[in-house]
Amino acid sequence: MSSLSPGLILILGALAVPLFRGTARQFYMLALPVMALLTSSFLLESGVHGELTLLGVELELVRVDRLSTIFGIIFSIAAALAVLYNQHDQDPVQQIAGLIYAGAAIGAVYAGDLLTLFIFWELTAISSVFLIWASKTERAYSAGMRYLIIQVGSGVLLMAGALLHYADTGSLTFDELGLNGVGNTLIFLAFGIKCAFPLLHNWLEDAYPEATVGGTVMLSAFTTKLAVYSLARGFPGTEILVYIGVTMTAFPIFYAVIENDLRRVLAYSLNNQLGFMVTGIGIGTPLAINGTAAHAFCHILYKALLFMSMGAVLHRTGTIKGSELGGLYKSMPWTTGFCIVGAASISAFPLFSGFVSKSMILTAVAEQGYFVPWLLLLFASAGVFHHSGIKIPFFAFFAHDNGMRVQEAPRNMLIAMGIAAFLCVGIGVFPQPLYALLPHPVDYHPYSTYHVINQLQLLLFSALAFTWLMRTGVYPPELRSTNLDFDVVYRRGLPALTRGLISLVQPMDKAVREGAVRVLHRIVAGFYRYSGPGGSLARTLGAGSMVFWVLAMLAAYLLISLAGT
Amino acid sequence: MTESSPEVAEGRYWLDQPKNVTLIVWILVVVCVLLFFADAFYHKHSHFEIEDLFGFYGVYGFFVCVALVLIAKSLRTILMRSEDYYESEHEAHRTSGKSLHTHE
Repeated sequence: MSSLSPGLILILGALAVPLFRGTARQFYMLALPVMALLTSSFLLESGVHGELTLLGVELELVRVDRLSTIFGIIFSIAAALAVLYNQHDQDPVQQIAGLIYAGAAIGAVYAGDLLTLFIFWELTAISSVFLIWASKTERAYSAGMRYLIIQVGSGVLLMAGALLHYADTGSLTFDELGLNGVGNTLIFLAFGIKCAFPLLHNWLEDAYPEATVGGTVMLSAFTTKLAVYSLARGFPGTEILVYIGVTMTAFPIFYAVIENDLRRVLAYSLNNQLGFMVTGIGIGTPLAINGTAAHAFCHILYKALLFMSMGAVLHRTGTIKGSELGGLYKSMPWTTGFCIVGAASISAFPLFSGFVSKSMILTAVAEQGYFVPWLLLLFASAGVFHHSGIKIPFFAFFAHDNGMRVQEAPRNMLIAMGIAAFLCVGIGVFPQPLYALLPHPVDYHPYSTYHVINQLQLLLFSALAFTWLMRTGVYPPELRSTNLDFDVVYRRGLPALTRGLISLVQPMDKAVREGAVRVLHRIVAGFYRYSGPGGSLARTLGAGSMVFWVLAMLAAYLLISLAGT
Repeated sequence: MTESSPEVAEGRYWLDQPKNVTLIVWILVVVCVLLFFADAFYHKHSHFEIEDLFGFYGVYGFFVCVALVLIAKSLRTILMRSEDYYESEHEAHRTSGKSLHTHE
């Protein structure tokens, strides 16, 4: 058992899903991530298992250390929650694709070499796109296509980088790489795409909100956090990550404020949360890496919880647009409560999970003396509360009552949300079990007087700002709209550029072709004049005139030879 | 998991009454004032000088949030397009492709 990657339990197990029906299938599907969780938590021993030599290259299918274990555990928990949440949806394509996707992500964090990582990396891309396509809308189809191209492209960069790295060092082992050389830079870019670095980010906001109700919950957990893990493994302490991370925390929140699709608001806030983790990796001290791992752990839970609550709203009302929702706390009180727990957690309220993890990153940034990044992270923290903490629950469940009266979310959804909410509060109140899982020994105490008061000041004054802007009518209303983001470059700009180039080249091409045709016509006409019917070269002469000319020639010959002698 | 029937009279819920919402707002204001003056009663473990300013976190949080909303709101003038912005492009492209086809 010790050499079997927990990821393979899910991937191979997924293939047997069609053999089961009804309740048996639901139990079976839940058993797979639970088995992966037990394997990750108890059975796997530190070290390298499943070594394999392929064409002279040493592969390590399972490499277990503290960094891979914490991600293996949280990925398994997320998979179990997503399976539970999706039980109402019996679409086998999503069930199988979802399990393979989760398994690939788990397999990737246990991969000890770059080739194994690449295989699982691409498998996450190929399997997850089915969760987007399963929406069966035109929008979802195109968004899924764009998503797939970008994700597979990231894998291609990873492969190219890994080969160059192998040529340089003669090793494919996936350890600290550092940003040096072309190969490592390509690997860095591949991770950056999957981690939604600024300008490489748009696949996330584009595709996630188009997936199915349960698909988005699944997507939110794995792809980007796999990238965070990979960056933490390969590029800890790479300073440029501090600035990349800070940019990631800051710019999406402006979009989140004006976005109307509430699942897209959550996608922007996901991007912002990744920024905190990336900043932590850039700092690279043990406290910062611990903060990143802890934040990834908490983030997967509260982000899944928020997506679950918005999914439940979409499932019951058929829309997720802020402009059309409101007052749902009356008919979906449990979902409202769970959503508020998720909102409090992502906002890092004391006693909720975000508080005990994000503060580690902020402290690490301050300890290293990064003043401006620290100020921006504080701004982003206030901004998170503003759009995820207040805007999401406010516009979905409160605001003005639009008269929608729907049923509470299905029972399986409520159970999944309940467990996630319980974990969010549990980690917030008792952070020690989480701290015990972190990659480095922890000497950190989040609950100090100044820290709690400072955080409450930051958050409640943000709430005050929201309330003031709302009551004075300054706050921008939710409007049905599309906001241009970087994807306009490849969805509008590049096609327009191509069409422009084509319209520029087309007349030239036409002129050249027409000229060539004219020349050809002229040549053909010339041939025709001389060789066509009636042409001088094609004229047939009578036998009489032939004899006459032969005689004339012979006579001429005779005369010439006579004259010569 | 109580299901509310559609004919629930407005005002049955506590939050439906504007005076209760106003009450919540005032509670928030009072808590904020208390938190602001709490700065006088504990020792800060600051890394940067700016943290030692009285009520720094509250003031900073308030002003960045107002700035965030105002900037985001003004960004709408540049960034906002109709909801089917990309679809309409798709459609236009497709119909133009079709007409080109029939033209041939």
